[in-house]
Amino acid sequence: MAGFPILTAILLTLVAGIVLLALLPRSANQAVKLMTAAVMSIALGLTLYVYKAYDAGVGGLQFVEQVPWIKELGVSYSLGVDGISLPLLLLTMLVGYASIFASWDVHERPKEFFIHLLLLIVGAVGTFISQDLFIFLLFYELGIVPSYLLVLGWGSEKRVSKEYAGMKLTIYLLLGSAFMLAGVVLLYLYALPEGLRSFNMAALAQAAGNVTEPVQIIAFFFLLLGFGSTLSMWPFYSWAPDGYAAAPTGVSMIHAGVLKKVGAYGLIRLGLLVLPAGVAFWAPFIALFAVANIVYAAFVAIAQQDLKYVVAYSSISHIGYILLGVAALNLISLDGAIANMVAHGLMSALFFAMIGLVEVKTKTRHIPDLGGLAHQLPRIAAGLMLAGMSSLGLPGLIGFVPEFTIFLGAFRTYPVYTLLAISGIVFTALYILRLLANVLFGPRKAEFDQCRDASGVEMVPLVVLGSVLVLFGVFPQWLMGMVNSGMEPAWAQLMQHLPAASALLGGVFQ
Amino acid sequence: MNLALLSSEIAIVVLAVLLICFDLFMPHRETRRSLGIVAACGVLAVLVHSFTQYGTVGTVYGDYFVVDHLALFFKQVFLTATLLTILFSFGYVEKFTQNKGEFYALLLFALLGMMIMASAHDLLTVFIGLEIMAVVFYVLVGFDLENIKSSEAGIKYLILGSASSAVLLYGISWIYGFTGSLLFKEVAANMAATPAILMGLGLIVAGFCFKLSIVPFHMWAPDVYEGAPTPITALLAMGSKAAAFAVLLRVFLVAFAGLKLYWAPVLSVLAALSMIVGIVVAIWQSGIKRMLAYSSVAQAGYILSGLLAANAAGVKGMLFYIVLYMVATVGAFAVVVAVEEHSGSDAIAAFSGLAQKSPLLALVMTISLISMAGIPPLAGFAGKLYLFIAIAAQGYLWLVVIGFVMSMISVYYYILVVKAMYTHPVQDDRVLTVNGPLKLVAMVSLLATLFIGIYPEPLAELANAAARALW
Repeated sequence: MAGFPILTAILLTLVAGIVLLALLPRSANQAVKLMTAAVMSIALGLTLYVYKAYDAGVGGLQFVEQVPWIKELGVSYSLGVDGISLPLLLLTMLVGYASIFASWDVHERPKEFFIHLLLLIVGAVGTFISQDLFIFLLFYELGIVPSYLLVLGWGSEKRVSKEYAGMKLTIYLLLGSAFMLAGVVLLYLYALPEGLRSFNMAALAQAAGNVTEPVQIIAFFFLLLGFGSTLSMWPFYSWAPDGYAAAPTGVSMIHAGVLKKVGAYGLIRLGLLVLPAGVAFWAPFIALFAVANIVYAAFVAIAQQDLKYVVAYSSISHIGYILLGVAALNLISLDGAIANMVAHGLMSALFFAMIGLVEVKTKTRHIPDLGGLAHQLPRIAAGLMLAGMSSLGLPGLIGFVPEFTIFLGAFRTYPVYTLLAISGIVFTALYILRLLANVLFGPRKAEFDQCRDASGVEMVPLVVLGSVLVLFGVFPQWLMGMVNSGMEPAWAQLMQHLPAASALLGGVFQ
Repeated sequence: MNLALLSSEIAIVVLAVLLICFDLFMPHRETRRSLGIVAACGVLAVLVHSFTQYGTVGTVYGDYFVVDHLALFFKQVFLTATLLTILFSFGYVEKFTQNKGEFYALLLFALLGMMIMASAHDLLTVFIGLEIMAVVFYVLVGFDLENIKSSEAGIKYLILGSASSAVLLYGISWIYGFTGSLLFKEVAANMAATPAILMGLGLIVAGFCFKLSIVPFHMWAPDVYEGAPTPITALLAMGSKAAAFAVLLRVFLVAFAGLKLYWAPVLSVLAALSMIVGIVVAIWQSGIKRMLAYSSVAQAGYILSGLLAANAAGVKGMLFYIVLYMVATVGAFAVVVAVEEHSGSDAIAAFSGLAQKSPLLALVMTISLISMAGIPPLAGFAGKLYLFIAIAAQGYLWLVVIGFVMSMISVYYYILVVKAMYTHPVQDDRVLTVNGPLKLVAMVSLLATLFIGIYPEPLAELANAAARALW
């Protein structure tokens, strides 16, 4: 298959799906869903092939495609995956695939819904596979306007109106990206001299040393603002709980599972690998924010009464671990951070899918109203248990190894913060176990006796995401090996630039 | 004298005069749509012809009228803008009660004024072109005699426009008095930073900023944009603004290049103010034409910022942005025209449920607005990137940050329109019929916005060739 542009094929399959859906008649319902499922199946199949065919022993960028695009700006249509982006691509496809089936009960204007949903997925896929910053940017914001329309058109109102939630999400993400774009412009201008300028990420990473330290610090700050609001870093997180709670199930899954990771990926790919001095300066702050994320969001999660809000705050709390892994600035913690993005993505997507089912079956998300669901809905209960256990880091599920790796790496750099972060696990256990106990166990409640357990297509998210959770939990090397094969060469390159900056490391706090 | 260089202008004059004659000899009751079609075909022919002029560079009337790639680029922008405007205004013109035929002829005279401005190489020719355009626009803005708002807008534009022309002319007289010439090159040669010349420069800046609706000279724009017949609003936003920029480029980068130290700080503040005021005030507008008017104030600020770079990259960014703004404006106003014809209102509420009635129009509107906001992967993003890379390289990072932040804020009110179109219930059951040419314009705008956004290279190269003509 050498030479076959398989990444473009994945992208084009999805785009073709969107065009196809747009051509369907407005009254089409089942056809829309079948078509979307087919398109996603093909794309998922191709992605699985790429994941299997990627040679982790060689590492580095593979399946590279490069076509000059805008010569004057140094833009090329350049795709490729390495150990950093490939697991995230797989994550996107798995969550995307599951989200289609989790949205099977959308009967109101299904055509528009699935077009918007596919746009979200295309946006995420494009950011992960593009190796050119310009192409990355083209995909980065593709999902924002569709997200807004999805929340408004198909969302639900609980604590806040969906207009409010949707607008908050949109404004936060866009304002963040405004700063991110300013950072990108700086990066582009200072990395390479005029005439040689390029948007190629590898070229920018190689030129990392050319950028003077003050510029790196400013540029990284801008990027941190932008990507930080995408990944709901404290204090830019407040759009996330409202947004997730208001969005329909499939959209919550993609947002919490995948789109957030785009921010973290951008922070690593652009911030860390291209601006070493910048990241060295800001790392102590990021670590501080990370601990704030972990502990603060966990506390808030404990107090929530709405299932979706619990999981939303839990996902914000988990982002803290990823940030801590980035801030610790060593190979082990970074490996953990990237693996944790995948772990958290799968886990939170499963969580949201199961909550969606609980809501469909019982017509409520209010925790005090629920109880004893394991009697009537054993399959959904199993799904919630899987997600919950993975979330609190039970060994044998996907959540454990990445989290442990992060702590292992981060402890060397930030012992105090790491201890605080580990204490976060206790709080996580508290709210997760309480949630599971209150919702699933306890006496059988008669009012839920007519609820039918998940069956048919409803089982797809549970089976797909659940099996991957277990599989990667039992064989962590499948994930960690892949991540390490990508991070190791990138790290080696970074180390050439980092010594000069390492004096700064933690400079503010020493 | 090489008359071939003037062929486009001559053709437009002939076409306009012909239209007036046809109109005279046509029975009163007959539809004037055929005149519109003749005008559109004529403009299209001139547009095609203009591509053959690439490579032939020269001057006419001494050095007073220059035809170079920059002028050609702008003329093509004007021709395209006018062509598209004519195409989507057929239905609108039919609603006028009188003088329908003259509408098209007047549009062509406005086009002529713009084309002269693009080629003008001295302050007096600039003024002549400007006045041809402005006088025609005074008439066109108040063309809808049945509509009191249109008449009011016409009077307002006439009074304020004349005042600004007077200011501009006064500035020109100072410059002439103290440099002894009107030709840009000679002005540049005799340039000195004396108070008198700076005074003249300041007056000229004020005069142009009025035409560009740059803050704080933007007060007329919302009222005039709202009252004018919608196709005219569109042409004001695209054509009149672009024409003023065509002149601005030559005035500041050729004639007053030596005084950059003085005008750059002023223009940077004005550009920033325009972005901020235009976008923030637009949030409170309930009519879409007023909203687009404020948005156009902000867009002018974006385009103006490119001038600060004072190099080919900056000019390229401006030209690129002018084109994509034209494309987006055409799309947005075509939809406004269709909705106005259908519901008789331009309130945002009138757009409720448009996605149900006409998915194409709703999509075109969405794409146009989001492109103006500069969200990737649409044309607006590529344009902002070109502009901001150019000015950030000259150290205007603060302006870049303001620009990006304000453009994201602008999404707030653009998305309110999108929300109305996609999520609000349909107001009535009447079927929205869209005529063919309007649909064509909408499609062209949609495809061009997507194409420029994803593959900006061809347009960037054209803009680059044009920008190099200045140096």
